[in-house]
Amino acid sequence: MNKIILLAIGSLLFLGSCKKKKEEEEIEAMKTACKTTYADIAYNAYKDSYDKAVEMQTAIYAFVATPTQANFDICKQAWLDAREPYGQTEVFRFSDGPIDDANGPEGMINAWPLDESYVDYVQGASNSGIINNTSITIDATTLESLNEVGGEENISVGYHAIEFLLWGQDNSAPSAELPGQRSYLDYDLSTPSNPNPDRRGQYLKVCADLLVQHLAELKDEWATNGSYRSYFINLDNDLALQKMLSGMGILSKAELAGERMFVALDNSDQEDEHSCFSDNTHRDIILNAKGIQNVYLGSYTTVSGTVISGTSISDLMEKLDSDLNNTMISYLSNAQSYCEAIPSPFDLAIMNESVGGNGPIMTAILQLQNNGNKIAEVAHAIGITISTDLPG
Amino acid sequence: MKKTVLFLTTGIILFSGSGLNSCKKDSISEPQEDERLGGDLTVYDFSTNAFSLPAPALGGLDELHFFVGNSFFNQNWVTAPSSTTARDGLGPLFNARNCSGCHFKDGRGTPILPGMSGTEGFLMRLSIGGTDVHGGPNPDPNYGGQLNDKSIQGVLPEAEINVSFNLISGNYPDGSAYELREPIYTISNLNYGSLDPGILFSPRVGNQMIGLGLLEAISEADIIAHADEWDLNGDEISGKPNYVWDYIENNQKIGRFGWKANQPSLKQQVAGAFLGDIGITTSLFSTENCTSPQQDCLNAANGGTPELEDEDLDKVVLYASSLAVPARRNIDNPNVIRGKELFFKVGCQSCHTYTFTTGIHPNFSHLSNQKIFPFTDLLLHDMGSGLTDHRPDYLANGNEWRTPPLWGIGLFETVNGHTYYLHDGRARNLEEAILWHGGESITVIDRFKNLPKSDRSSLIEFLKTL
Repeated sequence: MNKIILLAIGSLLFLGSCKKKKEEEEIEAMKTACKTTYADIAYNAYKDSYDKAVEMQTAIYAFVATPTQANFDICKQAWLDAREPYGQTEVFRFSDGPIDDANGPEGMINAWPLDESYVDYVQGASNSGIINNTSITIDATTLESLNEVGGEENISVGYHAIEFLLWGQDNSAPSAELPGQRSYLDYDLSTPSNPNPDRRGQYLKVCADLLVQHLAELKDEWATNGSYRSYFINLDNDLALQKMLSGMGILSKAELAGERMFVALDNSDQEDEHSCFSDNTHRDIILNAKGIQNVYLGSYTTVSGTVISGTSISDLMEKLDSDLNNTMISYLSNAQSYCEAIPSPFDLAIMNESVGGNGPIMTAILQLQNNGNKIAEVAHAIGITISTDLPG
Repeated sequence: MKKTVLFLTTGIILFSGSGLNSCKKDSISEPQEDERLGGDLTVYDFSTNAFSLPAPALGGLDELHFFVGNSFFNQNWVTAPSSTTARDGLGPLFNARNCSGCHFKDGRGTPILPGMSGTEGFLMRLSIGGTDVHGGPNPDPNYGGQLNDKSIQGVLPEAEINVSFNLISGNYPDGSAYELREPIYTISNLNYGSLDPGILFSPRVGNQMIGLGLLEAISEADIIAHADEWDLNGDEISGKPNYVWDYIENNQKIGRFGWKANQPSLKQQVAGAFLGDIGITTSLFSTENCTSPQQDCLNAANGGTPELEDEDLDKVVLYASSLAVPARRNIDNPNVIRGKELFFKVGCQSCHTYTFTTGIHPNFSHLSNQKIFPFTDLLLHDMGSGLTDHRPDYLANGNEWRTPPLWGIGLFETVNGHTYYLHDGRARNLEEAILWHGGESITVIDRFKNLPKSDRSSLIEFLKTL
């Protein structure tokens, strides 16, 4: 009798452990699949960024060759279009990935604030900048080295340099709701509105070339058989998830809510915003938030409308803690709507809202801050620890 | 959960090692409590970001203000005039474009090395004979109080700094050899005339930013309790407070920060660095540091008056006050336990004070009443002629340096990718840093040198857990 009971208990335990083992295996398989989804999204988002940058490069070359208002407008639209996929790649930062590891090109791509008068004339310094210093040769090698004078970045290339060269300084009052008003004649060789139009055109082209080159590197890193992708896919599952969630958490709470939004609101300084020349900061914010949601839900819609999707962190969480998964999904969706509710242009919105209230910017900030904390909870539920603080 | 586990493992180690340790146990109170070096400001991240984390207690609006401080600490300052008016006014003369240029990842600056073009976290203080009106260093008439080796376009930098090293060989009593590097600095390409014939130099690297608010929260009485300026207790160790000018309260205050304890408060330290290192004015130091021969510097556009507004300065101070201290690692390793005993036995703690309990911090409650383990007394000590800079700084003479806190020293390699120590980074590792100690620490260092080799390395293993 006793033996039978013991046997029964034994086999129950055996069955139980079998079931547990099977569950663990399923979870591990899901984690492995999450890595592939993440890498696929990274590749496609960088590929879109690259493709749109190439389109912008083509437009810039055409404009510099034939500087007309129409060609100038095409360049500006191409810049705005190029920002759409790039904004969604920023969730791949802060995770020791190829974008911003020790040798990462982030500082060459999207660094901010731009040292405007290091590049070109500004209001109050009509002869400043590399463009107006004819002793400096403007080519890729020179600009790359000048971007890091003295071993630290002196930001003079990347998206925001191109933005500055297309729009110019935004010197109008926020209430005018106008971006920078640079004239296309700044590039006209026969009747230039400012000196050195040839050097300005050259600078613009070199910036576009460098951007395309750096985005190509990132696209290649994440491509099938790409060097970082191979490394990432072979990473220990939890370590890979830690990287994914760190990027999400840090972007949400520290970089986006903190550095990019709260700092701007707190300063109420008109141009303390990332896309200050084009007044496109509201899109930067929405796209950064979207990138976080993309990674959690394991889905990215390419510029051409194809949906890239696969097993997601959300699927994994549904298995581990369904309630937390639902909360996370609704938090991400709230953040998305709150970011979209911020009035444009952002420079006017920050002047119209006070710190700590319940205005649209503060509402989005608090949600993104909460999301960062919630992402840390998700990590905890998966059995890993992340920090959502901005790496110094 | 974490605490329970630690307690258990601690218990096991103590039990199993009791034969070894019992006779020396009384030298260390509550052996492993010091894992939490920063009290409630202790964090458990040992990655490259180990020095960049806020006090865990910061949340909500305080945390967002911390990010504002972080932003002004990390982001580049740009040339004025610029659209980003909150962030323009760089230079005209400067050493770095942002605070993190010298405190990369909130850690230790890189010393200047032979063949390096430019500096990254290294600077040279200057002064001439006599003092300023407040008893501080007297600046050079042409170059001011600090050599700025960088500048904005249209303004010439002050000079270039280069270094070479003299190698000094020595032996431990047991015969094993060591080698120290003595730096020799050369200043070249002086763009604004000659330096004063009696010029005095003091080379410095940027310090790690962790736990600074806690050091500020130690009460003055507790610091003075460790002072023994005339060595009345006859232990050869003096300990002298530096009294320096407080530009906020306009009186003399005890100095706490900087390699010579020449800054009385974090706010003044931060504002001083903004002006001296980046060329950013604040309400505290509102005049650009251009000397009279530096006309281009004087004529350059500024980024507002002041360039860093008070509200933002206060947030950088909040940031600098709230960076947490990484916990000790590897504390149960028998070598580490042995090394810690030796640290006390040799006498290192006579200056590197083991523990303080902070008082009430006037501005930030999360810094108050914390039992901390900073391994500093914040006092000046004579380090001998080997380390002298021959340059007085308020009450500190050339030989005297403030005991630096030791928390974080085991993580420089992870955070900053190097193991250079001491005020100018001349020591290539912790062993060399110990061996450079002279002056009043000579007896302590002799005790260290006389230890068996395995004990010397145990002591260093202990230091690496900080």
